[in-house]
Amino acid sequence: MKIELLYWRECPSYPEAQQLLEEVLAAHGIDRPVEVREVTSEEEAARERFPGSPTIRIDGRDIDPAGASQPPALTCRIYYLPDGRVSPVPSRDQLEEALT
Amino acid sequence: MSVALGAEAPQFDLPGVDGQNHSLDSYGDAEALVLIQSCNHCPYVQAWENRMSAIARDYADRGVHVVAVNSNDAEHYPADSFEEMRARAAARKFAFDYLYDEPQAIAGALGAERTPEVFVFDRDRRLVYHGAIDDSRDETAVRQQYLRDALDAVLSGEDPAVAETPPVGCTVKWK
Repeated sequence: MKIELLYWRECPSYPEAQQLLEEVLAAHGIDRPVEVREVTSEEEAARERFPGSPTIRIDGRDIDPAGASQPPALTCRIYYLPDGRVSPVPSRDQLEEALT
Repeated sequence: MSVALGAEAPQFDLPGVDGQNHSLDSYGDAEALVLIQSCNHCPYVQAWENRMSAIARDYADRGVHVVAVNSNDAEHYPADSFEEMRARAAARKFAFDYLYDEPQAIAGALGAERTPEVFVFDRDRRLVYHGAIDDSRDETAVRQQYLRDALDAVLSGEDPAVAETPPVGCTVKWK
């Protein structure tokens, strides 16, 4: 299993997202490294199909397919919690669903 | 670097989503003026904007004006264009004024770095609080109501007990 976390430094949400991801991996007994990569330019965002920070992919599949369809951009990414509220990080449910 | 506590409010005259221009003088009757560096596209702003409206409504009859200002570069962040501002303000029924700072003059004068980032000016238009709205983007986890506490203090003629907190949010998108 390949686990990637792409981030843009100007958006402050990636440490929280990384911590949440690692907690969920541990809870599921998944002992795989998280490949953390910084996206630094619009060109790199386009090349990486990076719709915002943070972006998390499991075996190349975005944990939030709907959000993955947004145009590449150096921006903070919007996630929606199960109750409809906006969040700058994915929900635990989203991560768990992507891993199972 | 943001302006220091005690600094004077900057002059401005900016178009609002209500179709009117708003200047510092147009808020001359306010007991306190809350400027919030804001925008459309940022998830932190979106997470907080209902609370911004609630505070604007709750303090309106006590002479507090809440004014959000979007200074972001709309060319690179088209979701922050004036047209998109008008659409979002209508859709979300913003209870605060929402101004477009296309020249980025207010953001520059305040030294704003984040969205959302709050600047509270007292009756004499001196900065008395700068920072976050409260202590959590998750409204269910809020423990400290920094902005409300600051307004309660100002309206009582006192200095806020907590006058500065770190703003948490997206960066201002400079041209």
